[in-house]
Amino acid sequence: MLSLCQNKIKQKYSTNLSCRLFSNILEKSTPFDFTQDNYEKVETILSKYPTEQKRSAIIPLLHLAQDQEGYVQESAMMKIASIVACPVSKVFETFTFYSMFRSKPVGDHVIEICTNLSCTLRGADKILNAIQDKLGIKIGETTKDNKFTLLEVECQGACATAPVVVIDGNYYEDVEVGSMNNILRDITRDVVPKTGTQSKRNGPEPMGGKTTLKTEPWAQKIREDL
Amino acid sequence: MLSSFLKQPIGQERLLSSLFTTKRFYGGLNDNNRIFTNLYGDFDSSVTGAMKRGDWQQTKNIISKGKEWIISEIKKSGIRGRGGAGFPTGLKWSFMPKNDPRPSYLVINADEGEPGTCKDRQILLNDPQKLVEGCLLAGYALGAKSSYVYVRGEFKKEIESLQNAIDQAYEHNLIGKNACGSGYDFDIHVHPGAGAYVCGEETALIESLEGSTGKPRIKPPFPPQFGLWGCPTNVNNVETISSCPTILRRGSSWYNSFGRKNNHGTKIFSISGHVNNPCVVEEEMSVPLKTLIEKHAGGVRGGWDNLLAVIPGGSSCPVLPKNICDNVLMDYDDLEKNNSSFGTGAIIVMDKSTDIVKSIARLSKFYAHESCGQCTPCREGTIWVKSLMDKIVEGKGTKKDLKLLESLITAVKGNTICALGDAAVLPIEGLLRHFRKEVELRLID
Repeated sequence: MLSLCQNKIKQKYSTNLSCRLFSNILEKSTPFDFTQDNYEKVETILSKYPTEQKRSAIIPLLHLAQDQEGYVQESAMMKIASIVACPVSKVFETFTFYSMFRSKPVGDHVIEICTNLSCTLRGADKILNAIQDKLGIKIGETTKDNKFTLLEVECQGACATAPVVVIDGNYYEDVEVGSMNNILRDITRDVVPKTGTQSKRNGPEPMGGKTTLKTEPWAQKIREDL
Repeated sequence: MLSSFLKQPIGQERLLSSLFTTKRFYGGLNDNNRIFTNLYGDFDSSVTGAMKRGDWQQTKNIISKGKEWIISEIKKSGIRGRGGAGFPTGLKWSFMPKNDPRPSYLVINADEGEPGTCKDRQILLNDPQKLVEGCLLAGYALGAKSSYVYVRGEFKKEIESLQNAIDQAYEHNLIGKNACGSGYDFDIHVHPGAGAYVCGEETALIESLEGSTGKPRIKPPFPPQFGLWGCPTNVNNVETISSCPTILRRGSSWYNSFGRKNNHGTKIFSISGHVNNPCVVEEEMSVPLKTLIEKHAGGVRGGWDNLLAVIPGGSSCPVLPKNICDNVLMDYDDLEKNNSSFGTGAIIVMDKSTDIVKSIARLSKFYAHESCGQCTPCREGTIWVKSLMDKIVEGKGTKKDLKLLESLITAVKGNTICALGDAAVLPIEGLLRHFRKEVELRLID
């Protein structure tokens, strides 16, 4: 069984799926291949690293596979393992460690709400309740029409514009119950709402008005010994 | 005349008070002394816009000064790592081996995951040319052949912005072959993370960059001896590296003039929580916490007296109660003196409406989720801390549970492979030191 897998991996860009090592953990897998456009991205990704260090491309390739299909199948991991010339268990190990990778299909739109401290202090629990009431689902569930999946995530790195909700990878910041309902309504109508802050400020400058950098600073004097 | 006489000069002693005392006041940084001049993205973030604000000026001349000069200037400036550890940057650069046949690498830590922190994001989005130029200058000083910027996977827009900036820099021959006409070849690549807070630790980041799980390595050996692909590597924070071109251009003595001794320079603070105007702002080091919150964040919700507690440097720092916040300075030494730490300068403000025990319990949930699972004290300890805190929050905790929680702090702190273990128990330590009564009130017995 194992040598069969190793032989398969040696063939570059092999699509023959006969190794079912992880079938009891992952979804039943269908054959996977990157699209032609994505193969160009594969080459760009591989070119960033030394030729003997292809394994560094595992995470970017897992992202590419997930962006293409919505989640990562076992066949995709086999494909990535053949591209970077490593055992498929290595790809699987890396896949299982990181929270962004999904092993199962999700709804058309993934809503990720941060409930960490800064967001909770600014009312993330109210936003979460509003989403749950409007969509009729709890955290981890998908709506019956498969339109939305709701997930709880940790700090997304936008704490000064909390609360933060990430939908399909886009950040929505300074969210309130009203603006959250508007965002969900727009997405239901297949309109991508304005991303970023949902308030009158453009970013994390003070809401009451900038206290610094009100005008563009010019280049300053350079030291004389240069 | 009188009003200008009374006006406080920036970074200098107040004229009136200098007649009677020699006390220095910190926190009046002028825009002319700010490094991150496009922090809010109001201005042109392209190469052209960045050059107008002073970036990429005399870069070739800086390189021609030589590696030793650059490292010496960074040492003299006193800049300390802005990623949380606060290790002197110049000293860290000098650890790179001389005459090693292996290629060297510069790795930039843009895995901004510490709760409360949102500063590096602003640099990647709005001032990325500072990072690109910083990578070139630092890379040259370290003898690195290329640099990898590890950006957290959730930052899709930031990755795009940085890649765009790197592409522009290549087009303008600022990096790549014969960077800036200096004769030095240098490449920069962007590498995405995939949602793991632990990958902010330098050796975990290197493991992740190599395609593995983000499990930290035992140190020593440190990355300058055995880093990326077994080669000498220096891992630095985005803000640290982005500050370097301006320091080298304006002089280490200019940078040194801000902040107290051993705490020099400027810092981007992220202020969140129960303030009127949560924001990100660049200010002088050693600024009093109260001045920072009132001057830039509109003050605490409901007035300063409505303040309950502040976490001064991101979730890994012990919480400070109001009586300490009244006078504490935002720098490494003063916060350490008050049993907390400066961390990333991420200030989380909590007013009197906050359930402090529930807030710290939420942080325990975070650390339990983010533990890589490699070493027993962290893997088991973070889960125990979370379940005990949850029990106490629900009102089912006992005195025995509290004793167990205290013993967990001792069991985990200092006994883990990386600092995540310490980070998980330090908030509990702060809670028990300053808010023990609130915890005891929740116990059954």
